[in-house]
Amino acid sequence: MTRYASELPAIRVHKLHKHFGDLHALQGVDLEVQQGEFFALLGPNGAGKTTLISILAGLARADAGDAQVLGHDVVKDYRAARQLLGVVPQELVYDPFFTVREGLRIQSGYFGLRRNDDWIDEVMANLDLLDKADRNMRTLSGGMKRRVLVAQALVHKPPVIILDEPTAGVDVELRQSLWAFIRRLNEQGHTIVLTTHYLEEAQTLCNRIAMLKQGRVVALDSTANLLNSVSERYLRLKLEPDRLPPDLQSCAVSHADGFQVLALKQFADLEPMLAQLRSAGICIKEMELTQPDLEDVFVQIMGRAG
Amino acid sequence: MIAFYTLLYKELLRFWKVAFQTVLAPVITALLYLLIFSHVLEAHVQVYPGVGYTAFLIPGLVMMSMLQNAFANSSSSLIQSKITGNIVFMLLPPLSYLQFFGAYMLAAAVRGIVVGAGVFVVTVAFTTTPVLHPLWLIAFALLGTGVMGALGIIAGIWAEKFDQLAAFQNFLIMPLTFLSGVFYSIHSLPPFWQAVSRYNPVFYMIDGFRYGFFGVADVAPQLSLLVVGVCFVALSAFTLILLKSGYKLRH
Ligand SMILES: Nc1ncnc2c1ncn2[C@@H]1O[C@H](COP(=O)(O)OP(=O)(O)OP(=O)(O)O)[C@@H](O)[C@H]1O
Ligand SMILES: [Mg+2]
Repeated sequence: MTRYASELPAIRVHKLHKHFGDLHALQGVDLEVQQGEFFALLGPNGAGKTTLISILAGLARADAGDAQVLGHDVVKDYRAARQLLGVVPQELVYDPFFTVREGLRIQSGYFGLRRNDDWIDEVMANLDLLDKADRNMRTLSGGMKRRVLVAQALVHKPPVIILDEPTAGVDVELRQSLWAFIRRLNEQGHTIVLTTHYLEEAQTLCNRIAMLKQGRVVALDSTANLLNSVSERYLRLKLEPDRLPPDLQSCAVSHADGFQVLALKQFADLEPMLAQLRSAGICIKEMELTQPDLEDVFVQIMGRAG
Repeated sequence: MIAFYTLLYKELLRFWKVAFQTVLAPVITALLYLLIFSHVLEAHVQVYPGVGYTAFLIPGLVMMSMLQNAFANSSSSLIQSKITGNIVFMLLPPLSYLQFFGAYMLAAAVRGIVVGAGVFVVTVAFTTTPVLHPLWLIAFALLGTGVMGALGIIAGIWAEKFDQLAAFQNFLIMPLTFLSGVFYSIHSLPPFWQAVSRYNPVFYMIDGFRYGFFGVADVAPQLSLLVVGVCFVALSAFTLILLKSGYKLRH
């Protein structure tokens, strides 16, 4: 695909504000996504994710601040900005007058592409839509409509792709094939920004994450750093006899299903714990170490922030 | 240009796929008017010397069908897209507001003219209508459907629900088109209503269009062309301003 000056951020958002009546939906959002990133925009319902995406896509106008796609202002230079951007909207919308293929051809035309059938076929194949190509949109199931929405966003091979909850209501199989496809696009150089409430998707796919809460960015870091920011790991032990020596009571977190759960601040604490168990004559039947996941990080950050 | 042609094609395909409702139904409606009014009035009314009432009625009916369908096309297409949400498919690509305007208006004009031609063809079975000035006729057909296409875009953008659009249609478009001399010459009206009719731009569309057929009209065709032309420019300019501002389309 076409390369753009590499120092140019794929997306740049500066001091963005948006009001809906009394509601201050975006309260000065600053964000930069570099080219080639796989970026997640996370946050609870109503945090402002879709509003931010709408402003980038030109569907909504900011009250203050500015936004650029590959250096093109989304208002002043809207045609260039929109040509570079592919957006999968959160709302499940479709045009009941057309078939899947007609819809994709028309969408290509809007982006100035006339003979685009090779790429349309490739996208449909990747989204497992080929056998639905000549079906009217009205007759498709919800998940199928969602796939068509994804396909429509990709007809013009946009260098920057934003997916607003693309996997809501989509079955496991498609979710996997969709992400495999998007990953390939990312490897070919497309910048990907996604929102999702399935945090494990963001954790496995994305290199960097922004968390939004009530219109503010409350966390912005690499996925690895965010995961490390929660130091707590847990040691789950099945013991015989099923009791803890007194010295270990202080790190006990819970005791359920025959497992003693102990908080582990650092790996260096593991050795003394085991030694105490051994000297108390308690034998370990099963052991597992749970790593903090993005959900733990999310809950912690959302609880802490304002 | 590809983007513009695509949007135009999409708009044409949309009404063509449901031509039964969008073309055939209005032709039948016009035919019913013709049957009823010409049956009742043919023997009693002669508006212009040598022109029978049925023949007099035909240009008015053709024009009325064109205007109502041009309006219906752009307004219903837009409100449907807004309510179903698929308007985003047109808002996300780099379509300029001029392309958007041009495609919706041209599609509205095409639908109006297709319906008008259909009505005219069907009426040939009843009486032959002369066509003395085809260029005047074409000019009024284009400008008239253009005005209504623009008005339809405005209504489609403004309305948020189908009943708001219906109100626009019932309280503005229908009175304007019915009280415009489709069924009578305004010279047959009392002076007050004659004066009121002269403020109705649709009157000039019908009157000028009728001049294209018979070479006679209630007012000079140049005046009609001027009025309709000014309306067209003014409404187009207003529509373009609305589209450029993103009013009710881009929040
Ligand atoms: N057109 C609108 N008019 C009024 N309020 C709006 C509009 N769009 C969004 N909002 C409000 O703005 C806030 C942010 O909404 P937004 O859709 O951006 O949230 P989100 O982060 O995408 O949430 P979700 O995860 O539920 O999709 C919400 O409180 C919402 O009610
Ligand atoms: Mg959202």
